[in-house]
Amino acid sequence: MVQTTPLREARSKGRLATTWSLLCADKFALAAAIILTIVVLCAVFGPMFLGEQASHQNLRGRNAPPFDLAKGWLYVLGGDQLGRPLLARIVVAAQNTMAIATGAVLASMTIGGTLGLIAGNSRGRAGQIIPRLADVIMSFPSLLLAVIVLYMLEPSVKNIIIVLAITRIPVYLRTTRAEILEIRERMFVQAAKVMGASEFRIVFRHMLPVILPTLITIATLDFAFVMLAESSLSFLGIGIQPPEITWGLMVSQGRPYLTTAWWLSFWPGLAIILATLSLNLLSNWMRVALDPQQRWRLEIGGRKNG
Amino acid sequence: MADHLLEVRNLSVTFHTARGPVHAVRDVNWHLDRGEVLAILGESGSGKSVSASAIMDLIDCPPGEITSGRILFDGRDLLTMSREERRHINGKRIAMIFQDPLSHLNPVYTVGWQIEETMVIHGTSRQEARQTTVDLLRKVGIPDPEASVHKYPHQFSGGQRQRLMIAMALALRPDVLIADEPTTALDVTVQAQILALLEELQRETGMGLLIITHDLGVVAEVADRVVVMNAGEIVEAGEASEVYHNPKHPYTRKLIAAAPGQGEMSSGVEEGAPLLSLRNVSKRYGTFEALKGVSFDLMPGETVAVVGESGSGKSTTAKVLLRLEEASGGSAIYKGRDLFTLSPRELYEMRRDIQMVFQDPTQSLNPRMSVYALISEAWVIHPGIVERSRWRARVAELLEQVGLLPEHMYRYPHQFSGGQRQRIAIARALALEPQIIVCDEAVSALDVSIQAQVIALLDRLQDELGISFIFIAHDLPVVRDFADRVIVMQGGRIVEQGDVRQIFEAPREPYTQALLAASLDPDPEIQAERRARRLEAAE
Repeated sequence: MVQTTPLREARSKGRLATTWSLLCADKFALAAAIILTIVVLCAVFGPMFLGEQASHQNLRGRNAPPFDLAKGWLYVLGGDQLGRPLLARIVVAAQNTMAIATGAVLASMTIGGTLGLIAGNSRGRAGQIIPRLADVIMSFPSLLLAVIVLYMLEPSVKNIIIVLAITRIPVYLRTTRAEILEIRERMFVQAAKVMGASEFRIVFRHMLPVILPTLITIATLDFAFVMLAESSLSFLGIGIQPPEITWGLMVSQGRPYLTTAWWLSFWPGLAIILATLSLNLLSNWMRVALDPQQRWRLEIGGRKNG
Repeated sequence: MADHLLEVRNLSVTFHTARGPVHAVRDVNWHLDRGEVLAILGESGSGKSVSASAIMDLIDCPPGEITSGRILFDGRDLLTMSREERRHINGKRIAMIFQDPLSHLNPVYTVGWQIEETMVIHGTSRQEARQTTVDLLRKVGIPDPEASVHKYPHQFSGGQRQRLMIAMALALRPDVLIADEPTTALDVTVQAQILALLEELQRETGMGLLIITHDLGVVAEVADRVVVMNAGEIVEAGEASEVYHNPKHPYTRKLIAAAPGQGEMSSGVEEGAPLLSLRNVSKRYGTFEALKGVSFDLMPGETVAVVGESGSGKSTTAKVLLRLEEASGGSAIYKGRDLFTLSPRELYEMRRDIQMVFQDPTQSLNPRMSVYALISEAWVIHPGIVERSRWRARVAELLEQVGLLPEHMYRYPHQFSGGQRQRIAIARALALEPQIIVCDEAVSALDVSIQAQVIALLDRLQDELGISFIFIAHDLPVVRDFADRVIVMQGGRIVEQGDVRQIFEAPREPYTQALLAASLDPDPEIQAERRARRLEAAE
């Protein structure tokens, strides 16, 4: 009983075309990809074009309400407490926000994942010490750690990334280790061993592809967490220092005005939500698209829509 | 037509899946009378369990939908009853036992409590229920029933757990007992005991017994009548011996022909220098001795079958031989070198020569790799066997050799059936051009007709390529057809070894004799004889 799933002729169409057709099959994922592309473009080119306007104060435009085009299109989302255009600030802030969130998440995922792989595969001392390391980090309040480190070091983007990455390592480490312990006993790993595959090959060819979707899903959830953690550090005054801006900092700066000028916090907050939601949707799509057993869902959907 | 105790009329069940509707059963008719044993025989995916699930209200709707038909129990249609009414019938008047008793017993309650619970739900007092439970446990042959009611499920063996399930099912003296593959997970000797118990209880209580199975032997052993299902339809029904001797439908004929244990037995291969010889191999886990002094030889081009029940150490032998586990003592001489003392470098070289095919191909094939990647991985690991430019051609060749099509190489394992997956696993083992292939229960998870095909494939490969097989199995009839020599293991020790003819026709050891007596023959007449002999021996 061979299942008659339509098989993509991956070789003739090329990988890019296949990916594109799979992406088109999931409308939510497509929208998410578009939003993320815009965010990335803002992060890369925003400060270049709008850097000046974003820090230009216009006291007559203090807390200017949104959807009023009288002061120019930059004020379409309103102005902040110093009369700076919110739209420009959100675009410019994308760079720092993305740098911190991406940096911290990637660093903690790589380090945590690698340590987890080592801990899961080692039957010796490393397998015992590494999980304890995670316990040590977890038993120490992460915000307190951040406060101490940033108090001693200078609060820069780089240092914030380091601090946030360290506090998030245990999540990846424990997940990876737990999954590895289970996968290690699976038959196909044994089959690879019988074939004479090296440890390296077993880990990277057979184990990693199975746990990667889990790690990516956690990473996208963590993305939101890191953005908010960064904003709470900024709120305490040890995060990003003005005039540098991030979305999180904008949300916390707008908090005192919440009753009179809601838009100060609302728009950057919306940006955070859209970015994380998009990442989540995209990671969900990726999990399905990367799994040969699930891919048919997208292929069937694609045929219907196409 | 209300004479039958339970009757299924024109039942059709459809499952609505993402790939479109699947007709699980179409227009199925059968009936069961009091004091009768009916078997529903079919391979996986034939829909043999669906009608039983419909009776017990176990079909999830949606995605399932009962599109037509009636299920009459004592003249009343179960399908039009309310949930409440059906609950009174389920368990009380129609009871069911399942394949895997461990997953159907709650691990945090004592077995006594769980059996009582069935009765308490249907309105018996706790005290009365306790007394009945002890009686029931005695009846199903649990030793020391008074103490056993306080034990937890994990403290019982697999066979005892199935006995507990039977006790639970019988607690309310049901009119119908449905047994879904009740003995598939059990060893042959235990299987014989459980079937005997079911028959005895059925005769005693006069209930109707419905057995769902894939095993012709089980049908021959217990059933009065049999219904043969294929692809959701009943292809044949009738008296068990009548169906066996005069099958009318081609599918039934094919099924009976595929039953193992009917072919010519091998007369062995010529004596010579052994390819592999194990001497005094032992393996300890802590203080537990899994293997005690196992020694045997494997000749070039020979098939040695290792048979035994669970816990006999047959799989441990394979693992130790392939260095998936380290042996605690002894030696395995292959080409003049001891496999157990090889350095990692030498071990890597040796991997080429000794390959393994695992029991469950669903698990032994990485689900994220295409067939091409799975097979060609062997050449990535061992460069020099096949040039890179020839990989595609060689994969195509191997696939054809195992009876698949070259274009299958772009597919993923989940797109194949169980038998096809096992062929892929065999092709992967062949990719390294090994001298020895160890098959660990390689056909146990497959349907009978597929089993026959895979065995035929292994046989052909042996003729063509001169590969030696170590064939680990619990199923004696399969071994009879395929092996040259048989090794019988029990409790980590070899109790008997000899040519296949000698083992099957003149077994010396009582354990081998017991194993052979317990295995089921698909012919009801032969099976009846065996049963009589077994009863005699018991008295």
